[in-house]
Amino acid sequence: MSDSWVIRNLRAIRGRAYPRVIGSIREPSWVIFDIALPLLTVAAYVYLYKFIDAPKEFVGFVILGGAMTAFWLNILWSMASQLYWEKETGNLSLFLMAPVSRMSILAGMAVGGLFFTTLRAGSTMAIGILVFGVALSLSNPLMLIAIFVATMVALYGMGMMLASLYLLFGREAYNMSNLLTEPIYLVSGFYFPVSKLGFWTAAGASVIPITLGLDALRQLFYPATGVQYAFLSIHLELVILCVLCVVFIFLSKASLDYMEKLGKTSGRLTLRWQ
Amino acid sequence: MTSAVEISSLTRVFNPKKKKEGKSITALDNVDLRINQGELFGLLGPNGAGKTTLLKILSTLLLPTSGSASIAGFDVAKDFLEVRKRINMVSGGEISGYGLLTVRENLWMFCQFYGIKTSIAYQRIDEMLELFGMASKKNEKVRTLSTGERQKMNVIRGFVTDPEILLLDEPTLGLDVNASRVIRDYIVNWVKNGKGKTVLLTTHYMAEADQLCDRIAIINQGKILACDTPENLKKLVKASRTLKLEVTMLRNKDQFGLVPGVEKFTYIDDYDKGITVLKFVLSDESAVNDIVSELLKEHAKIVSLQKTEPTLEDVFIKMVGKGFE
Repeated sequence: MSDSWVIRNLRAIRGRAYPRVIGSIREPSWVIFDIALPLLTVAAYVYLYKFIDAPKEFVGFVILGGAMTAFWLNILWSMASQLYWEKETGNLSLFLMAPVSRMSILAGMAVGGLFFTTLRAGSTMAIGILVFGVALSLSNPLMLIAIFVATMVALYGMGMMLASLYLLFGREAYNMSNLLTEPIYLVSGFYFPVSKLGFWTAAGASVIPITLGLDALRQLFYPATGVQYAFLSIHLELVILCVLCVVFIFLSKASLDYMEKLGKTSGRLTLRWQ
Repeated sequence: MTSAVEISSLTRVFNPKKKKEGKSITALDNVDLRINQGELFGLLGPNGAGKTTLLKILSTLLLPTSGSASIAGFDVAKDFLEVRKRINMVSGGEISGYGLLTVRENLWMFCQFYGIKTSIAYQRIDEMLELFGMASKKNEKVRTLSTGERQKMNVIRGFVTDPEILLLDEPTLGLDVNASRVIRDYIVNWVKNGKGKTVLLTTHYMAEADQLCDRIAIINQGKILACDTPENLKKLVKASRTLKLEVTMLRNKDQFGLVPGVEKFTYIDDYDKGITVLKFVLSDESAVNDIVSELLKEHAKIVSLQKTEPTLEDVFIKMVGKGFE
């Protein structure tokens, strides 16, 4: 074990990301459940907007929202509850015992989840664009990359924080995920511009990084209509997303340390039934 | 001799989450233990004796309530990162890993958590799979493995990171004879050829402890009752006579403990065979006559009677007053 601390932790990230990445290849059933089914919800909104003669860009808004939904679902159902399930299968003890930072194990989960979900989200978007004939005009590719990366780092940082907190809730984790699914669909503006909810609701919803990320992406893909319905300017949203990245990664480290300490004191992390 | 593990006045108390859930449980009570480098050390005790709690403390997963423990000179509570570099742990009946990965991929993944280069990891994994008779399974998904194959994979996971000290918690639990033998042989050879490699093995299989371990500590209700080589432990009952009786199923057994000359006794009802197996540690051999008289009073028939060589189980019976079952 003569390699540096950084190399060791990078290996740990790769090791933990691997099952997620390989899972997307070995279990292709996700294509039906994770692409085809979400498209039905997207289709419902598309036809609604067409029926009420909403601006045609709204169809693109919905498809972008549908694609970003995949990331939120991945955070809730996979990332946040992952450590709880790792405890149930006995993997958590082995992760905690390994001579690497626990953050690299969580980061591995995030990288694997991000890879898998990007495939899903990309597929949803591509199929949506083809089926509904959506035209996108990208104004600033570099800003698009910056917004997407900042949104994902902040979002998965939030997922890493939730992963530790979910351990506290144990079996109630699933209820927690249910509780957070639909309300976030509403306030994050997955299927309509979040600015329509009013400033303070949108500001509150901005704690979820995907709210600002989605708003910025819509402005980048639809410079005219996107700006008309924008919540904040793209630059301000990028700054806030960068702040959220730091905050969530710091909080995830703090909550993980707290959970590990609590677990070592009470024995809760290593006993499956607790 | 350099010590691999030093445990001093170690106590671990589990408090209930809520008061109404019951009293505190003292899992470890003032334990002192020293395990030498290069030793295959056994911790023998029944379920709930405190074996797993001790291993969890040594593997940095649990903090002691009081006292201290160190591994290779590093305190498990304060220097846990240094401890983690030097240890690994395998438990019996583990279901760790991911079912959709192959055996080789699973082992590689765990190697990554120990910072082992992929080329080195694959080389070690392939060698060990060969040694454990699992080479043909290396590309099989973990979820398709039998219990024995899965446990062999778990044991390989423990060795493949090349730890200085390996903690094995009932590694052969529930395995068939062949799978257990392969694992036991590997453990013995690893310590013998490992130049200072140390194993701490917990088990409630007496024969396993007797066969494998250089020294054994007997633990019950969180206390170490004795610690010595298997031979020396057995000498503790050598002066006494040990007797094994198989009789037709007995309803009342408690009176046998009162027979003069009976130091300790234990029994098991074997409902499949319709017999009761009685084991006695006798201070006076003439007690056999009184035992037989008591059996006749109960209208029991003697199926077999055997004077036995002392085993670790007899040592345990003598110390604790009951068997493991």
